[in-house]
Amino acid sequence: MPNFIPVLPEIFLLSMTCLILVADLYLGKDRKGIVYLLTQVTLVVTAIIVWAVKSTEKEVVMWGQFVNDPMSTLLNVFICLCAAIVFIYSKDYLEDREMNKGEYYVLGLFAILGMMVMVSAHTMLSVYMGLELLSLSMYAMVAFNRDNAASSEAAVKYFVLGAIASSMLLYGMSLIYGVTGSLNLAEIAQALTQPQELPTILSLGVVFIVVGIAFKLGAVPFHMWVPDVYQGAPTAVTLFIGSVPKIAAFALVMRLLVDGMSALATDWQPMLMLLVVASVAIGNVVAIAQTNIKRMLAYSTISHIGFLLLGVIAANEAGYSASMFYTIVYTLMTMGVFGLLLILSRKGFEAENINDLKGLNDRNPWYALLMLILMFSMAGVPPTVGFYAKFAVLQAVINEGFVWLAIVAVLFSVIGAFYYLRIIKMMYFDAPEDTSEISVKLDTHVVFSLNGLVILMLGLFPEKLIIWCQNSIGIG
Amino acid sequence: MKGLYLTIALSPLLGAIIAGFFGKTQIIGRKGSHIVTIAGVALSCVLSLYVLYGFMMGNIESQSMDLYTWLLSGQYEFKIGFLVDPLTAVMMSVVTFVSLMVHVYTIGYMHDDPGYQRFFSYIALFTFSMLMLVMSNNFLQLFFGWEAVGLVSYLLIGFWFTRETAVFANMKAFLINRVGDFGFLLGIAAILYYCGSLDYGVVFSKIVDVYNAQTTIEIIPGMEWYVVNTIGILLFIGAMGKSAQIPLHVWLPDSMEGPTPISALIHAATMVTAGIFMVSRMSPIYELAPAALGFILIVGALTAFLMGLIGIVQTDIKRVVAYSTLSQLGYMTVALGVSAYNVAIFHLMTHAFFKALLFLAAGSVIIAMHHEQDMRKMGGLKKYMPITYITSLVGSLALIGIPPFSGFFSKDSIIDAVHHSSSSFAGVAYILVVAGVFITAFYSFRMFFLVFHGEERMDEHTKSHLHETPKVVTLPLILLAIPSAVIGILVIEPMLFGDYFTGPYLKALLVDATSPIHALGELIHEHGVMGMIVTSFSHPPVWLAISGVVAAWYLYLKNPALTGKLREKFSAAHFVLEKKFWFDELYIDGFAKGGRKIGAILWKVGDIKLIDGLMVNGSAKAVGWFSLIVRHIQTGYLFHYAFSMIIGLVLLITLFVIL
Repeated sequence: MPNFIPVLPEIFLLSMTCLILVADLYLGKDRKGIVYLLTQVTLVVTAIIVWAVKSTEKEVVMWGQFVNDPMSTLLNVFICLCAAIVFIYSKDYLEDREMNKGEYYVLGLFAILGMMVMVSAHTMLSVYMGLELLSLSMYAMVAFNRDNAASSEAAVKYFVLGAIASSMLLYGMSLIYGVTGSLNLAEIAQALTQPQELPTILSLGVVFIVVGIAFKLGAVPFHMWVPDVYQGAPTAVTLFIGSVPKIAAFALVMRLLVDGMSALATDWQPMLMLLVVASVAIGNVVAIAQTNIKRMLAYSTISHIGFLLLGVIAANEAGYSASMFYTIVYTLMTMGVFGLLLILSRKGFEAENINDLKGLNDRNPWYALLMLILMFSMAGVPPTVGFYAKFAVLQAVINEGFVWLAIVAVLFSVIGAFYYLRIIKMMYFDAPEDTSEISVKLDTHVVFSLNGLVILMLGLFPEKLIIWCQNSIGIG
Repeated sequence: MKGLYLTIALSPLLGAIIAGFFGKTQIIGRKGSHIVTIAGVALSCVLSLYVLYGFMMGNIESQSMDLYTWLLSGQYEFKIGFLVDPLTAVMMSVVTFVSLMVHVYTIGYMHDDPGYQRFFSYIALFTFSMLMLVMSNNFLQLFFGWEAVGLVSYLLIGFWFTRETAVFANMKAFLINRVGDFGFLLGIAAILYYCGSLDYGVVFSKIVDVYNAQTTIEIIPGMEWYVVNTIGILLFIGAMGKSAQIPLHVWLPDSMEGPTPISALIHAATMVTAGIFMVSRMSPIYELAPAALGFILIVGALTAFLMGLIGIVQTDIKRVVAYSTLSQLGYMTVALGVSAYNVAIFHLMTHAFFKALLFLAAGSVIIAMHHEQDMRKMGGLKKYMPITYITSLVGSLALIGIPPFSGFFSKDSIIDAVHHSSSSFAGVAYILVVAGVFITAFYSFRMFFLVFHGEERMDEHTKSHLHETPKVVTLPLILLAIPSAVIGILVIEPMLFGDYFTGPYLKALLVDATSPIHALGELIHEHGVMGMIVTSFSHPPVWLAISGVVAAWYLYLKNPALTGKLREKFSAAHFVLEKKFWFDELYIDGFAKGGRKIGAILWKVGDIKLIDGLMVNGSAKAVGWFSLIVRHIQTGYLFHYAFSMIIGLVLLITLFVIL
């Protein structure tokens, strides 16, 4: 009898998702609210179960497929809670557009299940399974507004490119399997530390795996899908894609490159450096030229991914925990920014252009202030938490002697500061093009306010979260 | 105790916030503003006096406590905390007491001013800042308080911001203080570097190791300086700015552009003495830095002497008091320079009372004269303003050091300390401070006679309105006159020669056999304060003070015609004093104009052409251009996207596998 306790959150989530799927069939159009409620309850309870079954050391179960360690606890809790917030933001937007269908939540829940599987994966097989579950759900979510041509186009592009990337990842895994003779990450790590000369084919495997990961993260030059998908998908879906899956993508990096192949760090470090430099450069520079805010945020994401990978390049615990901190902070910031776009959109109007933010201070000073905090944080201005996130990863690479890399990253983030500050300038110094009242439901208002304030509070008191990240990586 | 100290520090801040942010609202208003600020400061004052009493009775212990950690940076910890010991208690009591008096006085002085609430908010904020400065247990918070009082001083000098002279004066004060603060900051940085902490306790124990190791620092190539001396001098440069010592004194006379109550509070009694307090607080460092002490002694003696001289030729009533303040600050600095820190603090305290009194009395005269400050247009005010007259007399007697007024005890102790000091500069300093006594008496009573005696030189209109000022003005005068008269006789024994200054960091403040004033201590132990008074008549200072008064009387009341003759005869000397030794000209025409010229060149060539033109706008254009090009790579075609992935893959394989 295997130990099922550590897998309980996933089992619960799966059961509930199936239940919601069935319930959705039998609930009338006017009672869709129940599906939403059930989804939220499921996410919160899942988070509680994750916390309840947490373990202070590595606990490998299910014949080596599954692991429960401090990192998985932290990431899973954040995945569930962030997803819950994402759904709060999305609900009104979807209702306005008569898209508040059960499928959105069911697909979302399956995607979350996929992420949690990835986070807790202990073999390449379960990594891949989680990844595909996540990806397939997301393809469908992008196409969710199926009458919209842009939405469908984005979904097809995403699907085709995603398939190529998955195949490359799979090919890389098979090469690694061929050399080490195991799918189990711990055994792979064991095999790679053998003293004998390692075959070149391993490097080829690493390249393919890095390509697969880079695609999922959206690092240059595997980023082409990001702007199109961000822009094409309904904003509620963009919010989902842009935020929570980044936590899972970080887990993907950690499980494959660190847990499995840290012995090959000298192979993947330079590859990541190339990706980082390309990402911060292209992401920041091209974002300047965008007029569509969703597209601009897509490029901003690309540059943030560059920063996120900086910590991994350091290839030590301090770097990993810095990256983890960056990922979580980034997720919180993205949610807030897209949350505001959802708030500004209403029936028959999509807040998509940068100009839609003009004069926000006149329309609603509180939201303008929160957005100001979010933008400062994205740009990395103290005392917001974005500063500490950037500081931590930069410190990690500098301590490893890659000063040039830090300089490049900082230079490009200075260029990037321009388009964040431009938004602030528009909010505060330009006259609004649209002076209509912003109407918001209470729950969204509260969540968005908290979202913005958390960014500020974490900036003033970042210690707790930093220490938590450090502990979950195994230092501190 | 933590709660008590927090209340002392924060209650003025609360008053400042209420008056500052809500003073213009209906609920608070003008009356509410002065009520909340006065209540805050009064509470602070009462509690401070309780603490002081506790230390005198010995039932409160010296205590250093950390409130919270503000910042952790690598190995450095920056904390916010309080160190309350007898020295702090004296400062707290002086600050809050004078501040309270000034608050009450302000009700009368600023009665018709539209910025009434703002003024109360500022002075309450000042009280908070000053308390943070004196109660700090680390250099970081000290620096915070230091800068905060500087800021409030800046705001208050320029309180009447529509006057061009006021704006000029506050700018001047701010800039000159920057020079001092630069040294101060370097000193703090050196302390952090060599001691690894900013906490007083840690620094004072580590500095001994630095001293014993004879660590040196080479600032100018080829010149090795002891680190402790360097730190001492750097910190003292900060004190020179704040406490207006030569050559950084030029801002203080101009600061008289501010309303008179703040001249009394900030530019006489409290803020300007921050430098004196700081050096006393750092006495464990200075005791290891003989060269720094020598420097302090010379600077102080020169300030005491030269600034007194300038005071003789001033005609503005407030400026006379301002130069007198400079000169008295010089005396305190001299005391520091001969390691008589407790005497410096003693003089600081007595000076706070009598100088605040003199300023407020001057303010009272100014109110009565309808904001006329020129002494040549006053005279004979004695009969119109009896309370102001008597209190001014008490203040002046205290200032010039006539026994048994408070200033006598503190100033005589300083002179005695210099006399018995073993410092190599003590001989020169002694001559300067003794000569200073005569000068002090002369300019003080010149002012006193010009204002209150002699013929009435004001115009008829003013004369017809002359009357004593309201109670809110005279009450503080009376309340300040009492300590000005008696505080010296009451506290000299416990404060200077008793064991009041006991505490872990106050060893240098206790009098022992090596102290320059121990002979005076023995005298007082044997014969009491009367012994000191009697003995003083066999020494020159008291006679010099009396002769200064007589000289002023002769030249300005008895035989005014002689004054003009003397001025003609010594026109060169008079000119030098009128020009205030050309310090202002040196700074404004030399440093300021020269700096602007260099700035203009750098701006036109470096900034506009190189940085703006080439680097900033150039690189921005390049980025924009690049961005537009790269944007076109995103064609929207799926096969292009796939192609880019393949290129990426091939690139990675080529770079990292094949090569």
